[in-house]
Amino acid sequence: MVLKAFFPTCCASADSGLLVGRWVPEQSSAVVLAVVHFPFIPIQVKELLAQVQQASQVGVTVLGTWCHRRQEPEESLGHFLEGLGAIFSHKPWFQLCRERGSKSWSCKATHWQGPTSHAASGEDQVMLIFYDQRKVLLSQLHPPAVLPDRQAGDTTASAGGLAAVFDTVARSEALFQSDRFDEGPVRLSHWQSEGVEASILVELAKWAAGPVCLLLACLLSLVSAASACRVFKLWPLSFIWSKLSTCEQLRHRLEQLTLIFSTRKAKNPAQLMRKANMLVSVLLDVALGLMLLSWLHRKDLIGQLADALIPVADHVAEELQHLLQWLMGAPAGLKMNRALDQVLGRFFLYHIHLWISYIHLMSPFIERILWHVGLSACLGLTVALSILSDIIALLTFHIYCFYVYGARLYCLKIHGLSSLWRLFRGKKWNVLRQRVDSCSYDLDQLFIGTLLFTILVFLLPTTALYYLVFTLLRLLVVTVQGLIHLLVDLINSLPLYSLGLRLCRPYRLAAGVKFRVLEHETGRPLRLLMQVSIACILPCSSKGLREPG
Amino acid sequence: MEDEQSFSDICGGRLALQRRCYSPSCLEFCLSCPRITLRSLTAVTCTVWLAAYGLFTLCENSMILSAAIFITLLGLLGYLHFVKIDHETLLIIDSLGIQMTSSYASGKESTTFIEMGEVKDVVINEAIYMQKVIYYLCILLKDPVEPHGISQVVPLFQGGRRQDHLCIQQKVSLGDGGILASSGRQKVKDTFNFFNLMFSG
Repeated sequence: MVLKAFFPTCCASADSGLLVGRWVPEQSSAVVLAVVHFPFIPIQVKELLAQVQQASQVGVTVLGTWCHRRQEPEESLGHFLEGLGAIFSHKPWFQLCRERGSKSWSCKATHWQGPTSHAASGEDQVMLIFYDQRKVLLSQLHPPAVLPDRQAGDTTASAGGLAAVFDTVARSEALFQSDRFDEGPVRLSHWQSEGVEASILVELAKWAAGPVCLLLACLLSLVSAASACRVFKLWPLSFIWSKLSTCEQLRHRLEQLTLIFSTRKAKNPAQLMRKANMLVSVLLDVALGLMLLSWLHRKDLIGQLADALIPVADHVAEELQHLLQWLMGAPAGLKMNRALDQVLGRFFLYHIHLWISYIHLMSPFIERILWHVGLSACLGLTVALSILSDIIALLTFHIYCFYVYGARLYCLKIHGLSSLWRLFRGKKWNVLRQRVDSCSYDLDQLFIGTLLFTILVFLLPTTALYYLVFTLLRLLVVTVQGLIHLLVDLINSLPLYSLGLRLCRPYRLAAGVKFRVLEHETGRPLRLLMQVSIACILPCSSKGLREPG
Repeated sequence: MEDEQSFSDICGGRLALQRRCYSPSCLEFCLSCPRITLRSLTAVTCTVWLAAYGLFTLCENSMILSAAIFITLLGLLGYLHFVKIDHETLLIIDSLGIQMTSSYASGKESTTFIEMGEVKDVVINEAIYMQKVIYYLCILLKDPVEPHGISQVVPLFQGGRRQDHLCIQQKVSLGDGGILASSGRQKVKDTFNFFNLMFSG
């Protein structure tokens, strides 16, 4: 395999020194994490590396030398660097070199056979891959944390390829903690963070989050235990609960809150993202609900709504009555069967009359009910919308009943017609074999069957028309309810946190890497730039990094 | 080391294949698709505007004309940004992986990188397009669960959709044993046959 050296872009302009990092033998790649500058004492360097190794469980060693020099090569430096290879022995020993102010790099890896036979040491071609330490550290492309029963050093045996590189960088935070202005025995160059954010409010919030989460988790578990008790599972109640979309939404909201305030930490970044998305959408929902509430109360819209509700219901009932009168006459020029028409028409008119009486009976209580329903907007806009959808369903219940009657009649008629049509042709449906078989009927069976068939055929247009009209009405109501549910689902499931991350911190949504070949001269090692590519939610050109040097 | 050859695809457009060898362990192939021609652009614009003018004479509403202009502009921008691929690049890096980049006419680039450890094999697949059989290259990815299974088939050079990759003449090998061979995959292809692409027509 070709030898690969992953070099951080921040060290490209650092002074000469030693390369410190981890060697991954399965990938034949060396991940350079930092550069130790001259002057140093080898014992202290070894102590520091041992400390880091213990703290981070990453096998950090000295990998080679880094030389950032002026135009003229210095012979003495060359011998000195080679001598270092004898002190920190590592196979293979990398020697990276860069001329100051130019883009020509050179890199060689030697396998030491021993101090006496370095004439026989082999040199391999090395491929240099630059990476941005900060982005690699913060993008979570490495595998999840190692199980505690594994030994230190026995890591990432199953993580292949680049995941091993990412894992190495992510777990070496202990190495990155020293600042360049620290006066320690060893001077390091690596990615420098901008410092730890110290805000009192953030710290207080972090401390308070634990007990608050615990308290809320207890409350929520009480609520869910109460709602799961046997009383609510009895037949009429469970049927009603399943039909009302408000209950569905409330249950969903309870689940969301339970997940958010659960005291277990998220196991992997995907779960954390889900929790964060849920929290943000719950907060947005509640904010929108409170805005709606304040708007309703400011304009005293609830009173106006309650006053307007009864006339609207009356108006709808009147329109339905007109429609039925039209159907009972000669609708669209079609000639209906007079008797059936009158029967169906009067039947439906009586229903409308019942409905109107019911609405008028409820009218004193409407305002109170609406006021309490308006309060439920505190729980969120989605709950208010679900209640609106349920109110629409209840107010148009008579349309639903008409649709059911019409559909049942039509269904019965079609079944009767198909069965009698088979009789007319001398066949029947064999239930055992689930197919149509021929059958010999008696004469009187045939006579009555044909008679009934004729009657049903001639009554078909009437029933079909009623069915069509009421189905269209029901479809209209269902469309309105469907739009409301669509809006509710949108608010429930829009990943706002991920969208926000995509706009502000795109590297957190890393979806992979991409490579770019940098300027290449023959005789020089191949240089590649590894960039973290972001998940493309929005279509825009991918952002790149500046080329080092 | 650069190498350029030009071909034509099934529909007769000009295609150019460029091959660059950065080092013995890194190879890049760049396929440029036919450009958008002035004739097709003019034709589409004229059609849309004639239709809008026809509607305008029927409805006498000048909003239709402005709407037609907006539609043409937005449609052109959308086409250039989402549909029209300018060139596609395949970068093969020894023991790292294979990277495919598609550059759209508006400058957008979309990149996919497949690690060498995930690549099971590179094959030429046959497909029936209209009345003929065309061949295209694709990469088979390993299934993490089942060691002998294939989890995904990734076709290469998707941008010019109606291309036919078939080697007829010399097979250009990527160095001795090939870069893909030296990375130790299970099934090793000795030569990587796509570098004389035959296009019918």
